[in-house]
Amino acid sequence: MSSLFGHEPFWVIALKAVLIFVFLMVYTLFNIWFERRVVAKMQHRIGPNVNGPFGLLQSLADGVKLALKEDIVVKAADKIVYILAPILATIPAFLAWAVIPFGPTVKIPFTDRMTPLQLTDLPVAVLYILAMTSIGVYGIVLAGWSSGSIYALLGGMRSSAQVISYEVAMGLSFVSVFMYAGSMSTSEIVSAQHSTWFFVPLFPSFIIYCIAMVGETNRAPFDLPEAEGELVGGFHTEYSSLKFALFFLAEYVNMVTVSALATTLFLGGWRAPFGLSQVNDGVLNTGYWPVLWFFGKTLAFIFMFVWLRGTLPRMRYDQFMSFGWKVLIPVSLVWIVAVALIRKLKNEDMLGQQTLMWVAIVAGVLVLLTFLIPEKKTPEPPPEPDEVDAFAGGYPVPPMPEAKPRSS
Amino acid sequence: MTTFWLLAPIMVIAALGLLFAKKAVHAALCLAVVMISLAILYAVQNAPFLFVVQIIVYTGAIMMLFLFVLMLVGVESSDAVKETIRGQRFVATVIGLIFGITAVLAIGQTVTGSVKGLNAANTNGNPYGLAQLLFGKYVLAFEFTSALLITAAVGAMVLAHKELLVPRQTQAEIAARRMREYAESGRHPGPLPTPGVFARHNAVDTPALLPDGTPLESSIASSIVARGQQRDGFDDDIDKVVEQLDDVEGTDK
Repeated sequence: MSSLFGHEPFWVIALKAVLIFVFLMVYTLFNIWFERRVVAKMQHRIGPNVNGPFGLLQSLADGVKLALKEDIVVKAADKIVYILAPILATIPAFLAWAVIPFGPTVKIPFTDRMTPLQLTDLPVAVLYILAMTSIGVYGIVLAGWSSGSIYALLGGMRSSAQVISYEVAMGLSFVSVFMYAGSMSTSEIVSAQHSTWFFVPLFPSFIIYCIAMVGETNRAPFDLPEAEGELVGGFHTEYSSLKFALFFLAEYVNMVTVSALATTLFLGGWRAPFGLSQVNDGVLNTGYWPVLWFFGKTLAFIFMFVWLRGTLPRMRYDQFMSFGWKVLIPVSLVWIVAVALIRKLKNEDMLGQQTLMWVAIVAGVLVLLTFLIPEKKTPEPPPEPDEVDAFAGGYPVPPMPEAKPRSS
Repeated sequence: MTTFWLLAPIMVIAALGLLFAKKAVHAALCLAVVMISLAILYAVQNAPFLFVVQIIVYTGAIMMLFLFVLMLVGVESSDAVKETIRGQRFVATVIGLIFGITAVLAIGQTVTGSVKGLNAANTNGNPYGLAQLLFGKYVLAFEFTSALLITAAVGAMVLAHKELLVPRQTQAEIAARRMREYAESGRHPGPLPTPGVFARHNAVDTPALLPDGTPLESSIASSIVARGQQRDGFDDDIDKVVEQLDDVEGTDK
């Protein structure tokens, strides 16, 4: 952890805070456009292409229109909580970005001052992000409760249950990263990945995190709190205008937050991708280059979110919960024990890199083999009679195409 | 020190709100304010680990409290002021006082002892210092607490568990049963008709009308019928419309 954190002049901190805020706002506008264009491509449509180059200004126009709409406070609402809820959803989403590392220590242009491209860092930065997301859930639950509407209430309840149960799996997937990095600070986790990115040795954790982050951000296929077929709009059914815009903003910022966290914890943070980090003695890992790699990696995760939305249907609620509690959490617990064992054996020199590789390969092959096990056979339906009873069960039944009608 | 003087009044007001709020959810919200302010005070005191753990643990806990309030007390109910157990308030006051005195005495005794200082406690970093205490000196107390919590969780599960008397029906079985019922008694296998679609209103309290104009009772939710809130008879409405039409015609002439 750089000693600069917490000891910088005020103007540097203010500059970085404002830049992060602007970055998140612009990135949100970009993401809305990006999502619409990518989903359109997947569905053989064009998507927004009228306002600005490639339709890039469409989300800006939509945002202005949304802000200028009539702001309705419904009669049955608990007024204070109703107004507080969108604020409570949005602010923690931005606060989480205080500890995300965008790059290494760089020189601020036009000055001699060196500063890390990260607002601040804590010895427990990753837990801090977890804490901020859990405050953000309050916004959703309170919005559901205060709207005075059954749809909103059900959406809020679903969301709280969902986020709490997937946060457990998410937290457990962090544990193995902490064990490998020996720290919970984001900048130290990035610097611990200078030789191998953690998604290679900790692949199961990476998969668990990727699933949990979709559940945590209420995105398809886990977007049950706003399942429009069942709950109209879910927790934000009764919200309009800027208040609705705040929920929208919070959802997209949270999506970027979990993507940035995945990048930081598993994909080497701001480090250049495999081939590029060797170019010219790692020049691409210095200066402002890393910001580019960081954006690229988060954008890849955003693309994954959009891809999921374009591909998968929404899950049923009970299946979703039992998947979280009965599959994700036990698997991550077993994996944590395995990681602790491997670390201990490696530290005691009882386990070489070679053996570890072989064990990993064998385990991978075994997992692949489980896909070949045939599924449990469903009992075969009784064979159709040759002759069809046109009034089976007392109700007229059309015959199958090749069946003969009864010859009576 | 500034943070303390900024947060202290907020915390005191929120704590008072916790005691005097009419709605249970407001009380839970006040509790959340107290807990988060406390967490910020920990952060100011150079205890970052305690700061985040306080927020993570208590937001989860208060969220559970919300759920319990909503499920046990209901969405819209305020606190009942009546004592349900006789002498409950008196006993609660006495026990609260005893607890307060014990807490003050215990904290007073630890504070007056020798203080090592933050630098000594945080030599290897804050999480390491805490881990050393939790898994070294106080490991037994820590394990006992976790055993207590697990017992409580298992107890809650046992109390809430419901034994299934008959095997759960699968979707295929439910569909087959509906078709069988249709064949036997003519009960429609699909979902119930929605209220109001072919009627003059589309509100949930208005029954749908069959093609011959008779209202279809099964299109209204049974809870609305039980509360006697369904709208019945359209004769008044029709009379009113006819009257209006007559008026319009009258003015035309």
